[in-house]
Amino acid sequence: MSEQFEPRIIGFLCRWCSYNGADLAGTSRLKYPPNMVPIKTNCSGRVDPTHILKAFREGADGVLVAGCHPGDCHYINGNYRTAGRMPLVKKLLEQLGLEPGRLRLEWVSAAEGEKFQRVVTEFTEEIRALGPLDWQAVVGEAEGAAGDPEAEMAKEAVPA
Amino acid sequence: MAEEKIAVYVCHCGTNIGGKVDVEKVVAWAAGQPNVAVAREYKYMCSDPGQDLIKQDIQKLGVNRVVVAACSPTMHEPTFRKAAADAGLNPFLLQMANIREHCSWVTEDRDQATEKAKRILSAQIHRLPHNQPLEPIEVPVNSDVLVVGGGIAGIEAALKLAQAGKKVYLVERKPSIGGHMAMFDKTFPTLDCAACILTPKMSAVGKDPNIELLAYSEVEEVDGYVGNFTVKVRKKPRYVNTDTCTGCAACMDACVVRKVPNEFDQGLSKRTAIYIPFPQAVPLRATIDPDNCLTLRGKKCKQPCVAACGPKAIDFDQKDEVVELKVGAIIVATGFELWDPRQEERYGYGRLDNVITSLEFERLSNASGPTGGHIVCKNGEPPKAVAILHCVGSRDENYQEFCSRVCCMYSLKFSHLIKEHLPETDVYQLYIDMRCYGKGYEEFYKRIMDEGVYFVRGRAAEVTDVALNPEEQGRLVVKVEDTLLGVVRRIPVDMVILSSGLSPAHDAKEVAQTFGFGCSANGFYLERHPKLEPVSTVTDGIFVAGACQYPKDIPDTVAQAGAAAAGALALVDNATVKVEPTVSYIDPEKCAGCHICVGVCPHSAIQYNEEKGVAEVIEAACKGCGVCVAACPAGVPQQRGFLDEQIFAEIEGALAV
Repeated sequence: MSEQFEPRIIGFLCRWCSYNGADLAGTSRLKYPPNMVPIKTNCSGRVDPTHILKAFREGADGVLVAGCHPGDCHYINGNYRTAGRMPLVKKLLEQLGLEPGRLRLEWVSAAEGEKFQRVVTEFTEEIRALGPLDWQAVVGEAEGAAGDPEAEMAKEAVPA
Repeated sequence: MAEEKIAVYVCHCGTNIGGKVDVEKVVAWAAGQPNVAVAREYKYMCSDPGQDLIKQDIQKLGVNRVVVAACSPTMHEPTFRKAAADAGLNPFLLQMANIREHCSWVTEDRDQATEKAKRILSAQIHRLPHNQPLEPIEVPVNSDVLVVGGGIAGIEAALKLAQAGKKVYLVERKPSIGGHMAMFDKTFPTLDCAACILTPKMSAVGKDPNIELLAYSEVEEVDGYVGNFTVKVRKKPRYVNTDTCTGCAACMDACVVRKVPNEFDQGLSKRTAIYIPFPQAVPLRATIDPDNCLTLRGKKCKQPCVAACGPKAIDFDQKDEVVELKVGAIIVATGFELWDPRQEERYGYGRLDNVITSLEFERLSNASGPTGGHIVCKNGEPPKAVAILHCVGSRDENYQEFCSRVCCMYSLKFSHLIKEHLPETDVYQLYIDMRCYGKGYEEFYKRIMDEGVYFVRGRAAEVTDVALNPEEQGRLVVKVEDTLLGVVRRIPVDMVILSSGLSPAHDAKEVAQTFGFGCSANGFYLERHPKLEPVSTVTDGIFVAGACQYPKDIPDTVAQAGAAAAGALALVDNATVKVEPTVSYIDPEKCAGCHICVGVCPHSAIQYNEEKGVAEVIEAACKGCGVCVAACPAGVPQQRGFLDEQIFAEIEGALAV
């Protein structure tokens, strides 16, 4: 590993499907790049747009949100909320001047260790290709002018 | 709360973590992190001495926050939280950092694994100061149990629970319980007659005062949570009053629609439109099949069944009915379906006469079957030679990659039955490997080899009726490469039995969704842990048993059903159960009463209080998804254990290294 850019990625994993899918990848000893640090939530629907913005502001180059497949949500339809929110967050990222590809939404079931491996591997390469995110340079100014974007802008973008 | 004193423990897990992560380096780093009072390593944190380290540090050093960097919290979070609680620390002040499944096992490079372990650990170290002590919510437990599926698994589980004095609802989709086992002739390797060992259990179900049997019914909706499920069951109309019907079958003699393929006989015989599936059916009640009954189809019929019925039980106006059950635990035992060999066209099933499935053969050799137990071809003649093709639809990456586990053994059983009925008939077993793994199975294999059965090692290539010589004329020919002899053979036979694999039920995915658990990649229900929790699901209080979880034989199915019953009993035998307190709460001072959270809550756990003009969380109904927290435009609802500040701190920690 010489000069290669190593992206920092935060992965929000729902407890019932994707976190267990990641566990299965581990139990099956499937290797993937070490760039993603997982954060567990009960449901992908708990992932607030502010969490995603926070991750980017703290230095993440990419954010993965992974939940149960449509219809499989442990909380009936929490993942549909996620599915509704993420495109809006991507739009928001675009408006802030970020590449929307820095955010990825995936459905990974507890049985899909291989898919988890593939998703993290692919996403790491995609973010590597996008290069480092300089939040301060891209968003810093807008942030200063608009106050706290986490609290203000993102909340307004949340669909009911 | 006094000053935060965090203790960090990094587990080697033998070499599982230590072999890939430089544990010493991680510990040295952790010792210098904010609020960390002590950082230690240990070979096996889950062992008693490992747990004692935590207890001692809490009691002697006054540690008030703990992070254990080890395996997945799914494995040992309860272990460590209990250790913390035993030492007087609120268990929710302990977090786990998963550096095994999410790090050491999935990372190639040792340095990278060490760095990733630090990040995962850092996230938890940053989170902990924001953790608050929480108390589990104790809820009452309903002691009744629902068992879904009336095959041998469901029957066994229901009987065990009833024996323990629990009220059991047994729901079966078909008109009678019995499942696949009721169709079998003999059972391997002991050759017990399936009916002889099953029907006493079926009849015990019918008579047990603790079991309420809801046959010809389906579960529609499951709501609630561990100890407190509300289940809606749709009872389909039989068009027969089951209270007055005596099961005398006079209606069947009278019915004019006599050519309906009999499902129980795999379509090898015909039944009437009003029918009792088989003579030992439980409940022994008639059912009118609405797709074939002339009256119900709006056609003219003199309704001879009505005239024949002594107790006047027939009721064409019967409607389906939805009943609501309240139970504390649920056992799902919905069984399997035989893999449909029509998909494997080269074997000619559905196209060539006398190519039959294993289940059809069960009925053919069964004394209560369509031929009275005579093994005959379609022309009524006994076959002179029979080929049994193994692994049809199993161990085949085109269809099902897995081994169906029962086919080798039932194929051996078929050989024996053919030799017993027709000693002169040649029997060929075309196999890939013989898998005879159970008690008495290898011995049974040896016995069948001594009975003069031909074993050909090779997967059949094709079944054809195109003859190349007079011996093949008018017969079936099985083409196979005999991999032991290294030759391609053409074996002329009169009957081909396809040993079809076991498949998940066609609606397994929908059923799993109804009960709130998932399916494995192969389509069978996903257990909570493949080894240590084989009958639990991710939904507390819901268990699985039998071939719906994975193909298994009758001994394993019965064992698993007993385990599921014990799991359910261990729950419903308690007056209360503790549920996770990670529920949402709404600060009435901040709530603007916009109703958004009310609308998004999947469990209707948020109600709008008209009087106060604010939304309120019903704690007992909240399952802790946190969707309301993310949906509120003002960030008012918060989820205990998953506060925004906790998640923010985790993010900061993960990116701080």
